[in-house]
Amino acid sequence: MTGLPGAAVAAALLLILGGALAALIAAAPPDLAAIAADSYLHHVLLFTSLQAGLSCLLSVLLAIPVARALARRGSFTGRTLLLRLFGLPMVMPAIVTVFAMVALYGESGWLHWLMANAGLSTGGFLYGLSGILIAHIFFNMPFAARAFLAALEAVPGESWRLASQLGMNGRQIFRLIEWPALKGSLGSVAALVFMLCFASFAITLTLGGGPRWASLEAAIYQALRYDFDLGRAAVLALLQLAISGALLLGLHRFVLPAPVALGLGRPIARPDMAGQGGLALDAIVIALAALYVGLPVVSVIIAGATGSLVGVLTAPATWQAAGIGVAVALSAMLLATFGALLMIAGSGRLSRSGPFQFIASLPLAASPLALGAGLFVLLTRFGGTLEMGLGLVALINGLMGMPYIVRVVAPAFRDSAERHDRLCASLGIAGWNRWRLIDGPLLRRPIGLAMALVAALSLGDLGAIALFGTPNTTTLPLLIYQQLAAYHLDAAAATALLLVALTFGCFVLIERLVGGPAHG
Amino acid sequence: MKRILALILISIIGSTAASRADDLPVLTVYTYSSFVSDWGPGPAVKKAFEAECACKLNFVAVEDGVVLLSRLRLEGASSPADVVLGLDTNLTAEAAATGLFTPHKMDLSALQLPIAWHDADFVPYDFGYFAFVYDTTKLKNPPHSLADLVGGASSDKILIEDPRSSTPGLGLLLWIKQVYGDQAAAVWQKLKPRILTVSKSWDEAYGLFLKGEAPLVLSYTTSPAYHIIEEKKTQYAAAEFPEGQYMQVEVAGITAHARQPELARKFLTFMVSKKFQDAIPETNWMFPVTAVTGGLPSAFPPLPKKTLMIAPEDIAAHRKAWIDEWLAAMSQ
Amino acid sequence: MVSSPKVDSPAPDPIMLTMSSVTFRYEEMTMSFDLQVAAGECLAIIGPSGAGKSTLLSLIAGFERPESGRILIDGRDMAGVIPARRPVTSLFQEHNLFAHLSLADNVGLGLDPGLALSTPQRAAVAEALAQVGLSGLEARKPGQLSGGERQRAALARSLVRNKPLLLLDEPFAALGPAQRREMLDLVNRLARARGFTILFVSHQPEDARHAAGRTIFIEAGRIQADGPTAALFDSPGGALAAYLGRD
Repeated sequence: MTGLPGAAVAAALLLILGGALAALIAAAPPDLAAIAADSYLHHVLLFTSLQAGLSCLLSVLLAIPVARALARRGSFTGRTLLLRLFGLPMVMPAIVTVFAMVALYGESGWLHWLMANAGLSTGGFLYGLSGILIAHIFFNMPFAARAFLAALEAVPGESWRLASQLGMNGRQIFRLIEWPALKGSLGSVAALVFMLCFASFAITLTLGGGPRWASLEAAIYQALRYDFDLGRAAVLALLQLAISGALLLGLHRFVLPAPVALGLGRPIARPDMAGQGGLALDAIVIALAALYVGLPVVSVIIAGATGSLVGVLTAPATWQAAGIGVAVALSAMLLATFGALLMIAGSGRLSRSGPFQFIASLPLAASPLALGAGLFVLLTRFGGTLEMGLGLVALINGLMGMPYIVRVVAPAFRDSAERHDRLCASLGIAGWNRWRLIDGPLLRRPIGLAMALVAALSLGDLGAIALFGTPNTTTLPLLIYQQLAAYHLDAAAATALLLVALTFGCFVLIERLVGGPAHG
Repeated sequence: MKRILALILISIIGSTAASRADDLPVLTVYTYSSFVSDWGPGPAVKKAFEAECACKLNFVAVEDGVVLLSRLRLEGASSPADVVLGLDTNLTAEAAATGLFTPHKMDLSALQLPIAWHDADFVPYDFGYFAFVYDTTKLKNPPHSLADLVGGASSDKILIEDPRSSTPGLGLLLWIKQVYGDQAAAVWQKLKPRILTVSKSWDEAYGLFLKGEAPLVLSYTTSPAYHIIEEKKTQYAAAEFPEGQYMQVEVAGITAHARQPELARKFLTFMVSKKFQDAIPETNWMFPVTAVTGGLPSAFPPLPKKTLMIAPEDIAAHRKAWIDEWLAAMSQ
Repeated sequence: MVSSPKVDSPAPDPIMLTMSSVTFRYEEMTMSFDLQVAAGECLAIIGPSGAGKSTLLSLIAGFERPESGRILIDGRDMAGVIPARRPVTSLFQEHNLFAHLSLADNVGLGLDPGLALSTPQRAAVAEALAQVGLSGLEARKPGQLSGGERQRAALARSLVRNKPLLLLDEPFAALGPAQRREMLDLVNRLARARGFTILFVSHQPEDARHAAGRTIFIEAGRIQADGPTAALFDSPGGALAAYLGRD
């Protein structure tokens, strides 16, 4: 496959990002001296980096034992459900997460109640750095664990047989087999988590306890709203892009190409599975992880089910909002998939894939608010109409989704390329035929996963739609805010439950439809 | 699969295109999201106005009043908005300075506002007062003054909003500025240990309050009325401070490039009529600017004895510096 | 480390491997094996794909557990003995080496899975690499080697492990005929010289003829033919004749 379409998509992406920020700067030249001298900004940069670094470190460190335990226990009742549950936090809207965290860890939360009943007095601990970390680990640990689990499951069966014949113990297995397997995805997972935590907005503000831990995104928000200092917003967005981009570049050097691994086609008994101690330890690790991820979801379900669920489910506005959300999500998903796959295919050989992957990851580091405002400026300059707002929301969500697709699909694509390039060349299978016959079917599963992720993320997105609100474009996250604004906390809880259920349903359905039935 | 998606996309494009096929003139009103929600005044207002205007009223809703102005500035003269409804007195000076609004030329002497109104561009449609709302079953000893709140026990936590992203948040900042002037930064530092968290928006802060996270929340004097009227709950109360309550007036204006200037003027006149004003108390939970049918609900509080408000021009001139001062005091 | 059996001393029992009524079920197929292999023998295992050849080796190595029957290696019952404690070394078709470790480390794993090697052990590794013709390549990574060289390195590890039973699951299948023969000669020279007993799976009858004194033919989970290689191929029975393509 030629690299031309991929290069075109990469160029378009850079053009959109650069164009949006350039439009802001052109509309209002920034006062760079004032930005450089802003002492609160220095504080934000330092504290946000610290917060994001800690969030990332803890998420990744906790994900490793969870992934190990799940890899060791390849078949227990509820494992599939647990892995699905692990896909949920990342796509949960920030406001739903805030209330879930409060229900669990807040001053009047379950944990507080439990401790008080056990005679242990706990001071408040949710608001501040601890609250941000608790929420960010909830968001990112399950995602990282799933990524690591996939890496561990790709270890060839012969390695496990070798390990058992050579009599390796748990530590030796970790050092010689698991760590090398994890290392390949560690860099890219860590970079992704860092970027998400760095740009985190509602969580850092509300759970952070005040502006001390607020992120750069909050400063961008301020610049765009009251100050209407477009140039400043653009410069701050560029700063955010530069920091995340530098980290991404730094970590990319440690991202090893995942080795092609087919191995033996059936489940392999690992030597470190036996032993009661190991079993108990794994059971505890898995149970703790399931509780940590599951309880907030349970709290959302309880709040929603005891809220005015019937009223919400019978309101036409609910289903209209759901319909618009789904339509935007599906458009964003198709856009992201098409663009990302062209880029992946265009990146072709291993040696040339670096720049493409880097470019495809950039939207994640771009501030959606600044990006949205910039695109809006461009749109109005070129005579856009109100009705295009919805398309713009889909475009932004699509751009934000591309990094996920590239990250999930590119390694599988590389494997497929290494294995089949020569065969395909010799048989003259190329272009669309190659995609249809070879890569498409083989990459179905990762593509399905990535598409489901993008659609689910878009469903829960609030940022872009708030700015481009157009006639009749209330989505479910916006509806939740409307209900809260009208004091309807019960309705908001019920809508949140519906949103989480819809997101989960879309995720599972798309993964199934595109990726094919789950195996095992 | 792909075919289904294509159908969905076509139907969205189709439905937006179809909505423009009407022959009636269309009045486009920019407003904030909670105004047009099922619980806000929007649906009733739209129905009543369309019944008498021989036109179509098209609401375009954005996140809140501040984004409303940003959106208008982004669009500039090409904005399709005829009327912008939902700015407040924290923003009117800047909004007028953009030159994007045209004088309303209306006689507003009949309005019942507790302050004199001289703004040439903007017409008020409701007003309210910021207040600390508390749960009487949980807080036995509520603060009796702003000084009391600032100097009170730090074990009774308060929930406030960020002035950068929330109107009540900015309201409190101005409130403290007006009462304490140059001492404001020191007051914020003193208040800081009492603050449980500073949320992004009023919605989050009030939600946390109702969940019992803290006994006091920054809201409006009219908040308890909602609980009395809609939920028959009388346990919530707003603390009244002798230093005064800070006032917020919500306004609307006609854009300078309105495509339907006549309809726009008609809408503003309608806005200060009973048909519109009747909807305000129990949907927007604010005070109406005229007498309403049957009088105000009995659950509504009386107007505060002392009203605080900084002139819009002063806010426009100093807001950034005051927010920076707040950030410095709060992030230490 | 497990106490290594004394290969050099004359064994009291000339039987290295005994499998009696060993059954194993995989999906639809039930397999059943009865087999005796004398110490120092080189046995070729042939048969169609999916017949159970690899499973037979997996049962001996302990990667799979039989449903019933007994497996004795060097006179010891292997029931409940984990792979690491069996006097066995396996060589697979691929993935014998860890891609991120040097050749020396890959071979060194045979001496200590923690890779804490003493100086004499390092010398043993170097010597083993030299014996398989890879001297001086200690620092190389598997990715820098050809397929044949990688399998030589794996063979070097089985030398340092010094287990009396060597199981080869088509490790040379990807090599050309001449190279395959050369590898088999190397195995014979090095492993049999140390008294190792060798079982190797192959799809090539000529390999069996070249290297194995005895051959068994497996089909549908059963040993259908068993005898001296030359005799077996010269006058094959029904199923074996069909497998070899002779009517």
